[in-house]
Amino acid sequence: MSEPPEDDRRQIVRDSLGVGVATGTYGVSFGAVAVGSGLDVLQTCALSLLMFTGASQFALVGVLASGGAPLSGALTALLLGTRNTLYGLRLAPLLGWTGRRRLAAAHVLIDESTAMAVTRTTREGARTGFLTTGISIFVLWNLFTLVGALAGTAMGDPRTYGLDAAVGAAFLALLWPRLRERRNLVVGLLAALVALGAVPITSAGVPVLVAGGVALLAGLLLRQGADA
Amino acid sequence: MTWLAILVAGVGCYLLKLAGLSVPPSVLERPLVARVADLIPVALLAGLVAVQVFSTGPDLALDARAAALAVAVVLLLLRAPFLVVVFGAALVAALLRLL
Repeated sequence: MSEPPEDDRRQIVRDSLGVGVATGTYGVSFGAVAVGSGLDVLQTCALSLLMFTGASQFALVGVLASGGAPLSGALTALLLGTRNTLYGLRLAPLLGWTGRRRLAAAHVLIDESTAMAVTRTTREGARTGFLTTGISIFVLWNLFTLVGALAGTAMGDPRTYGLDAAVGAAFLALLWPRLRERRNLVVGLLAALVALGAVPITSAGVPVLVAGGVALLAGLLLRQGADA
Repeated sequence: MTWLAILVAGVGCYLLKLAGLSVPPSVLERPLVARVADLIPVALLAGLVAVQVFSTGPDLALDARAAALAVAVVLLLLRAPFLVVVFGAALVAALLRLL
């Protein structure tokens, strides 16, 4: 694969930094929501540093906030994290990293860095998009997590500021782009109903996992539909 | 317990990322794996929205959070940025509770 022209490279860096700034700054909402859910500042920052994948982080604190056991929160976070595995499968041949570089690259493998890399036609372009997006988000996301956590701690009861309602809005915003497909819309609505049905009869944290089961069932049934 | 959950899920999420960069891409070629993997985030996020907004502990609930979610939907339809959606919803819930 050939080196992309300098202009291309600059364009990729500029686009990637734009996505990085837009995404990284919403770490402030994660920080505020996490301390509102009962985590301390250190735990909140540890999540952003270690886990570094927004939907899973919100899921963990969301389950904790609704009174769920920490381990069912962890399980929900892990299930959501499986989509990064798929991104990795698609990106691996394009990025072509091995050894230590692959170990480092894996940490910044998230929705946005994937989106800014998969569309490139050259390896250099993909690497530039991936690293610029991934690293700028990592730095800003962690910085703004700390800002949000400190601000959240200073503000007191999160319910006064509606931060408990912010969590639902955050999940919906993460889900939104996927709802354009009719199949996803149907699965999403079913999963929401199943989760609510499970709320009175299971312990906190379990309803969300049961909702995840809808994905498995739909995957199996859709195949039968396709075969028929 | 909370720290254990953070560490387990944090390390686990990293390993899931690394696995994607390391396993042969043929795994994804199985249609069932690809389809379920595609649907899992949709189902989990939808479940999280529902539980977060319409329940309090073991009870179903309809309160300021539902109004906030409706506002979030409108903002998303208007293509508002993430932060505007999240804090817009929070603002509506906070204002409703002041009434």
